[in-house]
Amino acid sequence: MAAAATETAQFSGQRDTTAARILRALAKTPLQILLAAIGLLWLVPTIGLFITSILPQSSVTSLGWWKIFAHPSLATFSNYSHLFHNAGLTGALKTTAYISVGNTLIVVIVGALAGYAFAWLEFPGRDWLFIGVVGLLVVPLQMALIPMFRLYNTLGIGGTTLSVVLFHAAFGLPFAIFLLRNFFVGIPKDILESARIDGANELWIFLRLILPLGLPAIASVAIFQFLWTWNDLIVSLTFSVTPITVWIFDQLRQFSSSIDVIAPASFISLIVPLAVFFAFQRYFVQGLLAGSVK
Amino acid sequence: MAEVVFDEVSKVYADGTRAVSGLSLDVGDGEFMVLVGPSGCGKTTALRMVAGLEEISSGALRIGERVVNHVPSRDRDIAMVFQSYALYPHLSVYDNIAFGLKVKKMSKQEIDRRVRNAAEILGLEQFLKRKPRALSGGQRQRVAMGRAIVREPAAFLMDEPLSNLDAKLRVQMRAEVSRLQRDLGTTTIYVTHDQVEAMTMGDRVAVMRKGELLQVADPQTLYDRPVNLFVGGFIGSPAMNMIEATVTRTNGALAVDVGKQHLELDEGTLSSRPALRAYEGRTIILGIRPEELEEASLAPETPPDRRLRGVVELREALGSELMVHFTVEGTREALTEDVKELAQDAGAPTAERPRESNGSGALLVGRFGARASVEEGKPVEVAVDTRSLHFFDAETSEGIYDAEPKEKGASA
Repeated sequence: MAAAATETAQFSGQRDTTAARILRALAKTPLQILLAAIGLLWLVPTIGLFITSILPQSSVTSLGWWKIFAHPSLATFSNYSHLFHNAGLTGALKTTAYISVGNTLIVVIVGALAGYAFAWLEFPGRDWLFIGVVGLLVVPLQMALIPMFRLYNTLGIGGTTLSVVLFHAAFGLPFAIFLLRNFFVGIPKDILESARIDGANELWIFLRLILPLGLPAIASVAIFQFLWTWNDLIVSLTFSVTPITVWIFDQLRQFSSSIDVIAPASFISLIVPLAVFFAFQRYFVQGLLAGSVK
Repeated sequence: MAEVVFDEVSKVYADGTRAVSGLSLDVGDGEFMVLVGPSGCGKTTALRMVAGLEEISSGALRIGERVVNHVPSRDRDIAMVFQSYALYPHLSVYDNIAFGLKVKKMSKQEIDRRVRNAAEILGLEQFLKRKPRALSGGQRQRVAMGRAIVREPAAFLMDEPLSNLDAKLRVQMRAEVSRLQRDLGTTTIYVTHDQVEAMTMGDRVAVMRKGELLQVADPQTLYDRPVNLFVGGFIGSPAMNMIEATVTRTNGALAVDVGKQHLELDEGTLSSRPALRAYEGRTIILGIRPEELEEASLAPETPPDRRLRGVVELREALGSELMVHFTVEGTREALTEDVKELAQDAGAPTAERPRESNGSGALLVGRFGARASVEEGKPVEVAVDTRSLHFFDAETSEGIYDAEPKEKGASA
């Protein structure tokens, strides 16, 4: 017994020598370097865009980007200040905000309600209906552009922000319902049953239990939907609405050399979704359900 | 406060499985009723029907004066403690306990008064601000209890609430739950598969098997007069020894032959079980509880015709007592459906095979005094308390008691 114990001690002692630790770290290093390199590579266009956006238009074409490190630096934020006095851009930004926030709200609210119903309420044809929703996931939205365009014109809402909001909501819902239903199904059944016995009705359960417990999934859906619709070009272009993507696209067509407008506008268009992602990131917490059962 | 009455309540699932069939049971006002049985016996289904979490296929269920078959859970005025505790993970202990009261739109002061009172009873005062995940198993269990008691419901339903606790804590909580229920006097239906819990906690215990109610009685009656082999084998630990024996008559008194050995029966046995007379010359199943056996030298007053001789196979010393497994030559263990099911429930892999040691006889377990002198492989003489023997019909597994065979509770 004693001999065996000593052996074990020696064995574990060997495993934790400094050399072993360095070896372990070295083994991981190539992977970390690779990941960092990939990250940097992905950042290159963004950095390039940012640098371009803070250079005066005259320098962009004639001088190299490294001039921003020269003395005196060529870097200027005048591009940005000009842009914020451009009514076209501020209007486009507002439109983008309406579209992405509006449709995200609709998708989250309707998706959460539907996800709860599909997960926890008994009603005839529930599973078939859900299969139908899953089937809608594969419908490409390009297919609906022309029919919807005609429908909107018939309804008299063609060319309005609302029409784009509704379109995005319709195409975002199947995924949202699918994701939320699957998340809600994982909430322990005992919790909901306990709430029912405690006297709660379905609305109370939805508001007080499902929403807080489903927050990670709901936040993911909201972020996905927001990013997707913020960056959308084709839908707004088709319905003749001008969010920032379409506005930048228009600049490109009219003055092919207006890089001093396009670069900062693109950067603004890029920075907002990034900020949203980092703001909501903390809701991706694991283990929110820990401690509830068992 | 209310009574809960099952009147021929059945539960049949869509696929035709009968989870509960024709359950009739009266749980009195303030009574602590334990439903016990092996897994799959329908006890949890029965409880969930009271809670309104399962639809009732047929029969009527009453809580108080009201038939509640179609009343939704939230209007039944009951509280349930789940096996998993089912605490709301995002709410503090305080809010967990207050949940049911907030739903009812009770005033803030009243909620606060009740929550603090419950927390005091359960010793949770210093944990009120914590989230469930920061609590130990026993504390979570208490929160679940607290959530039930603040509601002041007509009845408590408890679904194996202690089975996730470790053994020591379980014993402690068992006593706490019992005391709490006695103090509050609230009608309680408690489901467990643990017969020790059932016996120690219940005012009455209902033993179920395969969706049917076998026997409802207070713990002592259940132990003394089990209606059939299944109840006899299920109640008591270690389990009752069940061997085949023949009823004979010598010198006018009844006796049983166990293999080649002879056990004289008391007059009292016959008068309390008049039906036994009809079994003269027939094979029956004899039930002997391990605690009715004693090494002969520790029970010198037992006459020689109330002793069994066997060979010790295994000796387990527990300090306070001695568990002795011994074989009795020429005997066979009873092997009915009931016995197989009990063995399966106990986790025995070879339920099909009787526990024969070396083919020479049945293996019996005796609970001897710590000073008993037994050695493995050596013969042993065992005194039998023949006043507490149990007798079962070899074909029907029913207990042999009154002259008229009882219809009630028969499992067909």
